[in-house]
Amino acid sequence: MTKIKTLADLKKMKEEVRSKITLREQGDNPEDRVQVKVAMATCGIASGAKDVMDFMVGAFNKRGIDAVVTQTGCMGYCYAEPTVEVTVPGKEPVVFGYVDVKKADEIIEKYIKKGILLEGIIPVNYQTIE
Amino acid sequence: MKDLALHILDITQNSITAGANLIEIIINEDAPDGMISIYIKDNGAGVPKEMLKQITDPYTTSRKTRKVGMGLPLLRQNAEQTGGSLTINSELGKGTEVNVKFAATHIDLPPWGDISGVIILMVAANPEIIFSYIHRSVKGEYEFDTREVKKALEGVPIDNAEIREFLKDMINENLNEIGACNTKLWEKDNNQ
Repeated sequence: MTKIKTLADLKKMKEEVRSKITLREQGDNPEDRVQVKVAMATCGIASGAKDVMDFMVGAFNKRGIDAVVTQTGCMGYCYAEPTVEVTVPGKEPVVFGYVDVKKADEIIEKYIKKGILLEGIIPVNYQTIE
Repeated sequence: MKDLALHILDITQNSITAGANLIEIIINEDAPDGMISIYIKDNGAGVPKEMLKQITDPYTTSRKTRKVGMGLPLLRQNAEQTGGSLTINSELGKGTEVNVKFAATHIDLPPWGDISGVIILMVAANPEIIFSYIHRSVKGEYEFDTREVKKALEGVPIDNAEIREFLKDMINENLNEIGACNTKLWEKDNNQ
């Protein structure tokens, strides 16, 4: 039978991770990192936000981009889910709608890396009418 | 909602919004009544009595951004379609418990989905919240507690990509070991 991973194994492998982190992230403060918030309320989850978030976490790691990916609640754009808010250091946050894995890839390659704006941005002054 | 894992992610999100710092998730596949039960308990703000009465009404929500709340109604519908049920207990200032049951052999039982992925997603996105996840099956029990994980990590961030991957594998391997989430059905299929 293959051996099952345990917390003891985690204890062993974490030092390796720690040494990599100190090389890469020392001296950085959160404002210097790309911040991504994936809307994860019922509407977001039901339209595939989890797949988008999994993809982005993996992609940032593989492509060597220093980014924090977190989840947030519903921003009121249920019609456009999954929505993703991207804050590139020094810029205003931008909310993208209708994000699937393909769109997320485009956001990383074009918006985050090169600063090119894409289709599907939700205007910040949008408000619901009561 | 496509699967049980996404339901868990969705309902736990309510606990996070309610300001909980301790969330317990207990999945039991070993109940004598043949029901799969998913129990989520938090120490968040709790739900007022009036609201609790109509909490599975889709037009009830505490949000300001929209007027509908589909999370609990959808879960209740999915549970009841299999002959199961949804019960919620809550006390203001103490927290909320959601207990949902699905008939394990019913054709309408949603697939399990990516349980380990959902747990890790919540754990990594909310490092300040303590998560305790217990999964019981016929073959045994697996417990994943972020307090123990953090102790083992000794300050290495839990949202690090390699740590996430390790933890996900660890949960998967342990769930497989106790035949949780239909892995026993898998084995049966393979033997045929």
